[in-house]
Amino acid sequence: MKKFSSLLHNLILTPSRNTKIKLLQDYFKILDINRAYALAILSDQLSFQFIKASKLRELVYEQVDQHLFDYSYDYVGDLAETISLIWPTKKEGKSQNLSTLIENIKKIKKSEINTEFSKILSELSNNERWTLIKICTGGLRIGVSERLVKTALADLYNKSVNEIEEIWHGLEFPYENLFQWLKNETSKPKIDFKKLFHPMMLANPIDEEKDFKRLNANEFQAEYKWDGIRVQLMVSSKSVSLYSRTGDNISSAFPEIIETTRGDAVIDGELLVGRNFKPSGFNDLQQRLNRKKASKDLQNKFPVFIRAYDILFYKGKDLRKLSLFERRKYLEKFQQENKTNQIDLSFIINFSTWDELTKYKNNFHDDLNEGVMIKLKNSEYLPGRKKGYWYKWKKNPKLVDAILMYAQRGHGKRSSYYSDFTFGVWKESELVPIGKAYSGYTDKELLVLDKFIRNNTINKFGPVREVKKEIILEVAFDDVFPSTRHKSGVAMRFPRIHRIRWDKPVNEVLTISEFKKEFKLS
Amino acid sequence: MDFINHQLFIKDINVHIDPILPKKTAIITHGHADHARFGHDHVIATRQTIDIMKIRYGDKCAKKFTPLRYGQKYSIKNFDFTLYPAGHILGSAQVLIEKNNHRLVITGDYKVGKDETCKNFKLVKCDTLITEATFGLPIFQHPDPKDEIQKLIQSVKINKHNCHIVGAYALGKAQRVMNLLRQHKYNETIYIHGSLEKLCQYYSKEKINIGKFEKVSSKDKNFYEGKIIIAPPSALKDRWSRRFPNPIICMASGWMTVKQRAKQQGIELPLVISDHSDWNELLDTIKKSKAKNILITHGQEDALVYYCKKQNLVSKPLSIQGRSDEEIE
Repeated sequence: MKKFSSLLHNLILTPSRNTKIKLLQDYFKILDINRAYALAILSDQLSFQFIKASKLRELVYEQVDQHLFDYSYDYVGDLAETISLIWPTKKEGKSQNLSTLIENIKKIKKSEINTEFSKILSELSNNERWTLIKICTGGLRIGVSERLVKTALADLYNKSVNEIEEIWHGLEFPYENLFQWLKNETSKPKIDFKKLFHPMMLANPIDEEKDFKRLNANEFQAEYKWDGIRVQLMVSSKSVSLYSRTGDNISSAFPEIIETTRGDAVIDGELLVGRNFKPSGFNDLQQRLNRKKASKDLQNKFPVFIRAYDILFYKGKDLRKLSLFERRKYLEKFQQENKTNQIDLSFIINFSTWDELTKYKNNFHDDLNEGVMIKLKNSEYLPGRKKGYWYKWKKNPKLVDAILMYAQRGHGKRSSYYSDFTFGVWKESELVPIGKAYSGYTDKELLVLDKFIRNNTINKFGPVREVKKEIILEVAFDDVFPSTRHKSGVAMRFPRIHRIRWDKPVNEVLTISEFKKEFKLS
Repeated sequence: MDFINHQLFIKDINVHIDPILPKKTAIITHGHADHARFGHDHVIATRQTIDIMKIRYGDKCAKKFTPLRYGQKYSIKNFDFTLYPAGHILGSAQVLIEKNNHRLVITGDYKVGKDETCKNFKLVKCDTLITEATFGLPIFQHPDPKDEIQKLIQSVKINKHNCHIVGAYALGKAQRVMNLLRQHKYNETIYIHGSLEKLCQYYSKEKINIGKFEKVSSKDKNFYEGKIIIAPPSALKDRWSRRFPNPIICMASGWMTVKQRAKQQGIELPLVISDHSDWNELLDTIKKSKAKNILITHGQEDALVYYCKKQNLVSKPLSIQGRSDEEIE
């Protein structure tokens, strides 16, 4: 555990990619079972059922005063780090192996979790405690992507990282077949590709100025970019399963898809809520997300369907090396053969010049798509975000000027700054908050805002500071919906700070009724 | 205690403690720039603090200087002032103010832990304590500086082809790091940023063991391989630091407790070496001072105010303008 926690400590503090790779390789060179655990942790495949963030808070409140913890958490901005630092120092116990420690934790009974897990935390050093809590809460955020881990392994054993990528989703802990193959002791692990989640092909944002000059419009096609969740649907005569973009099996949450789909294929598409293939917006979709199951009632109220973009396998045939143009023919064939009310096809926008596409994009007022996807007609289906094949072109955001009202310290890399901003518009002579944003500003703007907040605080509510109502933020957002949960009656989708409006006086900001009118909410 | 206001100003006799703007009479706790300023008429401080002010701002930075020894009483009308060691940096002092049997202590910046570069902190019992709270959160529990300096020494041994640039405040922290290195048998010449030179010379003159040091010069780039260089934190991001071979960026500061902070500042080797008291030391000092009235100045005052109230001590934050939350140590 000492070695692994100092690996993570060094990884988080090292800016250089090469040094990170070297640190990882030095760790993976040691041939013992710990590296299998390390690989599982670094690729976010290990978690403990009973120990989540809420449980950890409960445990730390047993150790220290709740208010003192909250003040500290507000300051540090990272749960794992706050707990590891504030946890009362006991005498360190005997250092344990990573593997032993994890197996011991897995064995803890649910009824004994509080005492047993607290005991483990007390016996670790600060850094080990930090590591263990990071493992428990998942998502390490240490600046090491899964890809980088694979690259480190591939380079260490002279393999290509794409070879690892290809078999990755078919591998299982403790990855013996992987390590044996890497060391050339066996041949490459045999994986049944049809049953496997295939990493999805992703798009890069288009740079209108550069890319349109460089790229030939005739070689591309466009489709709407739908605001749902990207899914992969795997269907065979034996089973149907649905995966999220990150490869999580989400079948049980969408029974209507699983029950109705027939055929033999792997489909890439967007999951949307709506009837008769008319999407009804992200707000509705949210009712269906983050649930393990969906009741009949929920299915009736918020029915889902898949808008298919692409096809990876058809009747056992791997289509990924074919061109998008060829794949589309297979996709249409699949849909014809297996018609249901749960799958339709993404519409293809044909155009011959970029100007034509630009006009098209500027003219559609349908709020339900986020823009267009621009895809190279002869692109293979390539996993990851490869450059030069697929582009996304988002709609211009909606903009509104609002007044900065409250601020809070941020988390993660923004943790020392007041970087979470609540802003509002007028309601008679008072302000009513309409949203909260913690991105979009430049580093320079963040420093200016942070300084303003520190010097102009008029009230403190725990970690939240109320500030003088002097700063106007131009807020960009993708969409806005009516909401009963907020005082203002509106909920924004993806609000971010576009810029600071130094030029505008606060009394020129809209009222809430003007705001609703402008964005067609009333 | 109502003879002093939230700006640490005693109106009856027109005396300020650590004022930001030029004043008639200023008692200065120590030489850091957020406490010692240029342009007062009359400065009262320890001899070393006065020396340091003269080095930084010139001999004429005040019209008149009154040096006080630790423990020596100085009276203005019915107010008695005594300075006691604060253990923060060379010359640093706490100020005891006595009036009509009321004892008020302003700690200034202080640390309780051992430090060879200055006189160790002396606890002074009082009725009212005005304490700093730079590290006033329970997450701050400073480790033994011995272990921290060993990290640096180990890293220098392992990474023979890198140079180590240690960010440390020019006054106090830099010399403390040098002294700690000497305590742990690092006997090589230590290279310093030009802005540290005069202060290092002064520490040497005051018989503080910081060993052999030399200003960084435009030598052959590879000369600095395997060397330790000490520089003010502002120089770490500057072009200045790019001239060195494969630098490993280190920082000696209490803030380095928090990994996220170290990462934000691009620090690869954080060294938790602080010249301020940590949480437990703050609580311990409050308790042992026997003060019933606790005022808390710059830093993370919220948690400390909350704690004191729970102990049935009268406590409130003092917000002194011109002191930033956390940049300055």
